[in-house]
Amino acid sequence: MLNRKEILSTIEMIDQQHLDIRTITMGISLYDCCDGDASAACAKIYDKISRYAEKLVTTGEAIEIEYGIPIVNKRISVSPIALIAAASDIPDYIPFAKVLDRAAKNCGVDFIGGFSALVQKGMTKADEKLIRSIPEALASTELVCSSVNVGSTKAGINMDAVGLMGQIIKETSALTSDRDGLGCAKLVVFCNAVEDNPFMAGAFHGTGEAEKVINVGVSGPGVIHSALKSVKGQPLDVVAETIKKTAFRVTRMGQLVAREASERLGTPFGIVDLSLAPTPAVGDSVARILEEMGLEVCGTHGTTAALAMLNDAVKKGGIMASSSVGGLSGAFIPVSEDEGMISAAERGTLCIDKLEAMTCVCSVGLDMIAVPGDTPADTISAIIADEAAIGMINSKTTAVRLIPAPGRKVGDRIELGGLLGSAPVMPVHSESSSDFICRGGHIPAPVNSLRN
Amino acid sequence: MNAIVTVVGQDRVGIIAAVCIRLASLNINVLDISQTILQGNFTMVMAVDISEANVSFKEISDTLSELGNDMGLSIRIQREEIFDAMHTI
Repeated sequence: MLNRKEILSTIEMIDQQHLDIRTITMGISLYDCCDGDASAACAKIYDKISRYAEKLVTTGEAIEIEYGIPIVNKRISVSPIALIAAASDIPDYIPFAKVLDRAAKNCGVDFIGGFSALVQKGMTKADEKLIRSIPEALASTELVCSSVNVGSTKAGINMDAVGLMGQIIKETSALTSDRDGLGCAKLVVFCNAVEDNPFMAGAFHGTGEAEKVINVGVSGPGVIHSALKSVKGQPLDVVAETIKKTAFRVTRMGQLVAREASERLGTPFGIVDLSLAPTPAVGDSVARILEEMGLEVCGTHGTTAALAMLNDAVKKGGIMASSSVGGLSGAFIPVSEDEGMISAAERGTLCIDKLEAMTCVCSVGLDMIAVPGDTPADTISAIIADEAAIGMINSKTTAVRLIPAPGRKVGDRIELGGLLGSAPVMPVHSESSSDFICRGGHIPAPVNSLRN
Repeated sequence: MNAIVTVVGQDRVGIIAAVCIRLASLNINVLDISQTILQGNFTMVMAVDISEANVSFKEISDTLSELGNDMGLSIRIQREEIFDAMHTI
């Protein structure tokens, strides 16, 4: 009855190839916490999160022990706070960020996401208040993550919001300048944001979601890399098959953990997110997978093709392994969190323009990239606009998480710590995009036929 | 409930005996054992039934890793479902 080889291969994946569950994220609806009195709303939020997520961490830890699989993070996502806080007449929403932080600490989770606003079509007063609260909210809390959706395929791109987000990112960086702009690592600007994403900083509990839900994000770049070493020099269809099979195994484990967590917590299972999420540890890098396919350094010609195949094969393998797939599901390319990406960026092979091209074919977008501290807000807005346009036209999620590192120049390196890693400061184009961003307004939604 | 115990490390006299004695003391029944020397390493995989165990899963896991540390081996216990999930459709 025992298949020793299979058992030992699982153990090797966990021990030597960094196979882990990246996160169990509990989504919690906060709509019933709205109150004209902000402090009453905050009290309701604190109580509800504490009640629902009380056992999230201990349950996660019990599953880790029983199945022998590390679960790196336990997280909470909540309804977009701009919608909850709208009922309360206060000048800014920082008290809401603080109560989320307190509730997250009380539950012992690693992050809480949902200090968010969805403004792809237009901004309500509450949306604008929330966005203007982001810099101080992120500077004065530890675990709160924030996201703003500025565009979608159906609505187009809200360029006023894009312009504002450039300034907000700069302010967030300035307020956390003692920590190399760490606040910006907790802020992501989306196009086509998904409602069931378990990954931070972009997780929020979407408006179409249930009262509470368990979403699980898997990981496993090291496992894929290791599997590809066994097919050295073989044709790319063999490589794709190998990735598919490995992704299937990784996702099955995610599905098992998700089902188990959902049962134990009495919370419906939402989705498994099939993302290949790297960590700064050696042997857990997406860039190294691309290099294993035959590229000398990630970022050179051929990188986009290799990444496209990797991303697609991961999905094909994963979809069959889970009863419900969602979230971002694809290969992540956060520069600071990927040892191979850091190395390629430091060599100068991997630049922002190439990363932008890569985001056309993989999950998410320009992620965890440090840029010089003196990068103008309008340039950051223009980078966001480019990325949002890719998402809008291609009907996919794209995002920008840039860190303008205060006082730092190209060639410096900033340390963000933990899973966030360290980022080489990368150059941006010095030519101005200011007049374009200052126009504001709206980029209309694209036509969805005549696709070329 | 079934679980899989894996023992990996330098071969020596008495590994199986020591592991089995520890399992017996926890009232855990051994269902199957498969053992070999793989690339010079002692490698053992055991299927066990822990439904009658007299301590919690965490305590079983802790006591086995402790035994492993004492003997210079890596000993772990994991619920069987994880292997089924990963390797069978």
